[in-house]
Order: sequence, then C-alpha cells, then structure tokens
Amino acid sequence: MSEKFDVIVVGAGPSGNAAAYTAAKAGLSVLQIERGEYPGSKNVQGAILYANALEQIIPDFREDAPLERHIIEQRMWVLDEESFVGTHFRSDDYNKPPYNRYTIIRAQFDKWFSSKVKEAGALVICETTVESLILDGDQVVGVRCDRQGGEVFADVVILADGVNSTLARKAGFHGEIQAGNVALAVKEILFMPQETIEARFNIKEEEGVVIEMFGKITDGMMGTGFLYTNKDSITLGVGCMLSDFKENPNRTSPYTLLEKMKAHPSVAPLIAGGEMKEYCAHLIPEGGFYAVPKVHGNGWMIVGDSGGFVNAVHREGSNLAMTTGRLAAETAIAAKAAGKGFKAKQLASYKQALDESFVMKDLHKYRDMPQVFHQNNQFFTTYPELLNRAARSMITVDGIDKKTKEKEIFSNFRKSRSLTGLAGDALKLWRAFR
Amino acid sequence: MHIVVCIKQVPDSAQIRVHPVTNTIMRQGVPAIVNPYDLFALEEALRLKDKFGGKVTVICMGPPQAEDALKKCISFGADDAVLVTDRSFAGADTLATSYALAAAVRQLGREQKVDIVFTGKQTIDGDTAQVGPGIAKRLGLQLLTYVSRIADLDLEHDSITVERRAEGGVQVLKTAVPCLITMLEGTNEMRFAPLENMIHAARYPVRKWNKEAAGIEDVTKIGLKGSPTVVSKVFGPTPRAEKALMQSVEDATPRDVALNVIQKIFTQHPTLERDILAKAAV
Repeated sequence: MSEKFDVIVVGAGPSGNAAAYTAAKAGLSVLQIERGEYPGSKNVQGAILYANALEQIIPDFREDAPLERHIIEQRMWVLDEESFVGTHFRSDDYNKPPYNRYTIIRAQFDKWFSSKVKEAGALVICETTVESLILDGDQVVGVRCDRQGGEVFADVVILADGVNSTLARKAGFHGEIQAGNVALAVKEILFMPQETIEARFNIKEEEGVVIEMFGKITDGMMGTGFLYTNKDSITLGVGCMLSDFKENPNRTSPYTLLEKMKAHPSVAPLIAGGEMKEYCAHLIPEGGFYAVPKVHGNGWMIVGDSGGFVNAVHREGSNLAMTTGRLAAETAIAAKAAGKGFKAKQLASYKQALDESFVMKDLHKYRDMPQVFHQNNQFFTTYPELLNRAARSMITVDGIDKKTKEKEIFSNFRKSRSLTGLAGDALKLWRAFR
Repeated sequence: MHIVVCIKQVPDSAQIRVHPVTNTIMRQGVPAIVNPYDLFALEEALRLKDKFGGKVTVICMGPPQAEDALKKCISFGADDAVLVTDRSFAGADTLATSYALAAAVRQLGREQKVDIVFTGKQTIDGDTAQVGPGIAKRLGLQLLTYVSRIADLDLEHDSITVERRAEGGVQVLKTAVPCLITMLEGTNEMRFAPLENMIHAARYPVRKWNKEAAGIEDVTKIGLKGSPTVVSKVFGPTPRAEKALMQSVEDATPRDVALNVIQKIFTQHPTLERDILAKAAV
C-alpha cells in the first residue's frame, strides 16, 4: 500500500501540532508521524506558554488546555557565588484575563494539543520514526518510516522533527548542527505541595512566578538559569552554549551546574523539600538569525526548532514554533487551493510570511547578540560579581562613608575592566539590543 | 475461528507517584498504556489467527479514553475492537468487572460464535488475576490459567492442549474449546506493526457499547453497587531512613575511594569485617 496525503507532518511538538491542526482544520488530509510513545513523551521545554501564538490557532484553548499557573511576577537575578542583585516586576495587570503567559508541563500539554489535532481530523501515528524523505528528482514526495511497508506519500512534507532535524540534514537541506549554535539545557521538576509553593513565592492559587538568572551560576559560560512555578511542582533549569561546555577549562558538566545552582544560598530555600519528579536535558537552537537554514523547497518546509526558530534573548521558542507551523500549513492550504503544484515557487510565500511576522523580525533584531555574549564572557563573570560587590558595599552599614564606598566600587570596576573595556562592552550591548 | 482478547488500559505503574502529603496515588500526567500482560494474550491470539485464520476481537471495559488502548491493539493486527463504557461501571471491583465483561463477550458471541477468550495473567494496577477466571466461570468456559505455550489446537475436534506454569514444573493440559486462557508474561514477543496497520488503527472507528448494548440485565451487579470489595487503606511504604551518600572523588585515586567506602561500611557493620576476615583466613 502506498497511500497519499495532502500533507505529512513529521513530529508532534508545538510546531508539528500547529501545522497538523491548521492543515486538518482547513480540510486537508493530514498524516502526522511521531517518534515517541505518545505526543509529548519526548518533548522538552522550560516550559512557558505564550498565549498569543496558540490563540491564533485555537482561540478558546484556555477552556480545556492543561495550564499550570499564569505568570504575574517576573524576577531577574544577577548572581555571584553567594548573593544576587535583581529586579522584580509584579503587576496585578497580569491577573486580568485573558492571561498572557502560563507555566505548562509539556507531557500533559502536548497530549492535549495532539487530541485537538486528532479532533481536527488529522491521523496521528506514534512510535514511528521517519528515516528519510522520498524524492522524485528534486521534489520531496513522501517519507520512509522504520516500519514494514513504511513508504507514504504527500504533496507537502512539513519537517517538525526538532533541533537535530536529522531528516533535513540527511536530505542536505542544512549542514551539521554547530556546537556554537546550540545551547544544552538541563532541568528538574521538583514536586512540592501547592500551599508551600504559594507561601514561598507569595502567590495565590493559579498565580505564578518566573525567575531568570544569570551570572556566576554558569561558570563563565554563555547561558542562563531559570525557575518556574507550576501548580504543585517547581521547574528549575540551566543551559549554556554547547561549545562553551566543550571549551570549559573546569570541564563543568551540565548536571554539576544544576547541582550548584540548587545549592546557591538564594535558590536553595525556595526549593527546599522538593522531591524530584523528572530530569531532562535538551538542545536548544540558539544560533539566531544567521543560523536559520533554507526553510522551504520543492515539496517541503521546515518549522520550529528544526529551522532554528528560537529567540534566545527573550527565552521564546514554542511561540515561534507554533507560528512557523501555522504559517507553513497556511502555505500548504493556499498552494493546494491554487492547484499549481508544490514546488519551491509555490511554497515561497512561507518564507515571505515568516519575514513579515515577528519571528524573523525578532531574530533579525537580535542577530548579533549570540556573538556578542559568546565572545565576551565578562558579562557572565566579572559584571555579576562587581554588581553584587557594589550592592553589598552600599547596603552594608559599617562606618565607612558612602563617598569612599563609591570610589572603591568605581575603582573595582576599573581594576577588572579598563575604561575602554567598559565603554566597549556598553557599546556592544547597545548595538546588539538595538 | 473467533478469538476475543480482553484488555485493560492501565496507568504506567513505573511512573506513578504517591502524594507525599495526602498519600493518595497521583494519576495526573501518568501515561496510560495497555496492560503489559494483556499484550502477551493479544500476540498469542494473533499467532493463532495467523495459523488457523479467523478473527480477533479486542474488548475493553473502561472510560472513553481507553479507546486509545484498543486502537493500539488494532495497529498490532486485531480485526475489531469494542469499548464497553458506561458511567454506571465506575467503581467496579473484579466481581463487577467480570460480570460486565462476561455479558459483553456473550454479546459478541451472538454476532459470531466465540472459540477462545484470552486475558493477561493479571493487570499491573490491580494485580488480582481474578477477572479472567471470573469471566470463565460466568460463561461456563474451560479455564486455563498461567499458560506459557499453546501446544496444539484441534479445531476439528474442538480440543486444545496447553502448557501451564505450575509450582515446581510445567503441566500439560488438554481440554475442550471454547475455553478461556490467561496468558503468562514473557511467553512471546509482540510484533512490530507495519505502517499500513498504524494508519488503519488511527482511522479505526472503535465500537462503543453502553451497558444496554453490552447486554447487561442486572444493574445491581455492575459498578460500585455490584462491588463488595472495600479498599480500607492506601499507603506508600515508608522510605528507608538512611539515604545513599555521595562522596566527592576529586583528587583521589580509585583505590583511596574504595578503601574509604569499605572502611565506612565496616564501621557501620563491625560483624561484617570480622566475618570477611575470618573467611579470608580460611
């Protein structure tokens, strides 16, 4: 048997589900193929859900999606070995529905999203690995799976197979992933009674807090740590560029980073008594604008992590994934309606839609950011230390006058980083953020 | 030949947690799977079908989401699937479950005569091994439990010979068909479904029977009403007081680390050191 569908979607993460849902909803025949035991069984994310991207696909998702807590407070911590300097932003505005951001647990969320995909009419098969694309000349016409009689055909194949995208690599659509373009993140989910979480973070039922951390916790590597509150668990994680792990002179491993972070005097009391429920690791494509490969061709499109669509600066990924998935599906729908075939030319509107959306606009805005942070590790070592030292000095009352303290702080900055270095760093940051 | 396989959708027990405060089982987020023991029953049924032809129907009592478990069985090669689902089944113990399933199997028999009913040895969530025998008794079927191999099936003479695991050995039993077989684990290996089956299963419209459709007459015998079993208490075993110790091994040779660990063990168990030294002396 060699059945033919309008669209085959490879992968059932946020991008694949968005694509399969959108296409099936429009009446296209869709086959979605997932490698894991069930959708969500292999998927890893922080995980924060940004409502907007999903709203555009399933407007009433809040009715039955498994959401943990909506975020009402964002903390930003710059840490040294024993302290942090930080800002907290909390607003009751975030308590007015519809809420903007939620913490989610992906194993549950993805299962829900997949149930919507099935309701929309797509066929979803799991525990099946797509091994290669079937080509007719230079046109992708289907996929080959690891099962007996594993060939199945489609007008369009949407690659949503995640950060490694072995399919796209095998087909030569993009090269090997570079260690400098991906971050390796590890996280734990720690179980804790709901009341404990709410008391510790000063929140009510359904309210949530996000803490973003950077500084010494990454041992001089480019990366960040994070802590999210779920309903009755806390997610805690840290990620750094893979190339930095490779080159780290202390040979610091991801799990030691996480253990150190858990032991940090500012973090430890927040997670005390937590029972580990889940431990996961994931690669995140953080190469940004310049690392996005060719996103479409004859009979194929790439969406989500497979296309490197992650805004590392704002910790956004799943929303870009869903948006790219939706746009790819819309392109397939339009191409089908036009009836002029599915060559690169007919699918070019996908690239165009991406460029016009926040996806490529944001990636373009921060295009130099990965480079700047990567080549200047003082942002993760020297500055956090100086900041914390300065705060400690100003706040400690010890009989030394404030003027002298100011001088000392300034001279500390000068000692660690020359004036030109300081000015240069400021300029680099300004240019990268601009 | 018509074979009916009874399966159950169960929470993956490897991933179940007990709530540290309330001591209740936390099912939320735990993936649901086909009871692993039932898969040995299904595979054995499929092998008989491969050999003798006929039809394999899979049947399951459970909530609507148990449809996924039945679809999975279709992907492995079952021909038909029936989900017996009704709110009034809620709270059923093994007595009430076997009553409902027996009625449904009888109903299937009205469509096509049933030759063999298969169940797994037991489920991984209840671990009672009572439902299979309960169905056999209610339907008046020959009962073969803990079957490790089907040695012979003679359809002409309606007889079956099986090997059964028994204490201290293997029993070889011969009996008449129709019969009910509860299949032992590890006796076969589930096949890897071809892609065609996967797509067929994703499309397959599982039949859903409520209590009327399943031919249940006596509603006092189903659900909570029909269940004399009372769960008096659920508890998690107390964790052991002593936890594993982590030891830093920086700047130490493996020999140093090992000696250190052994020394610590001996300090805690002085008799152990004496015994080992005594043995070494001999």
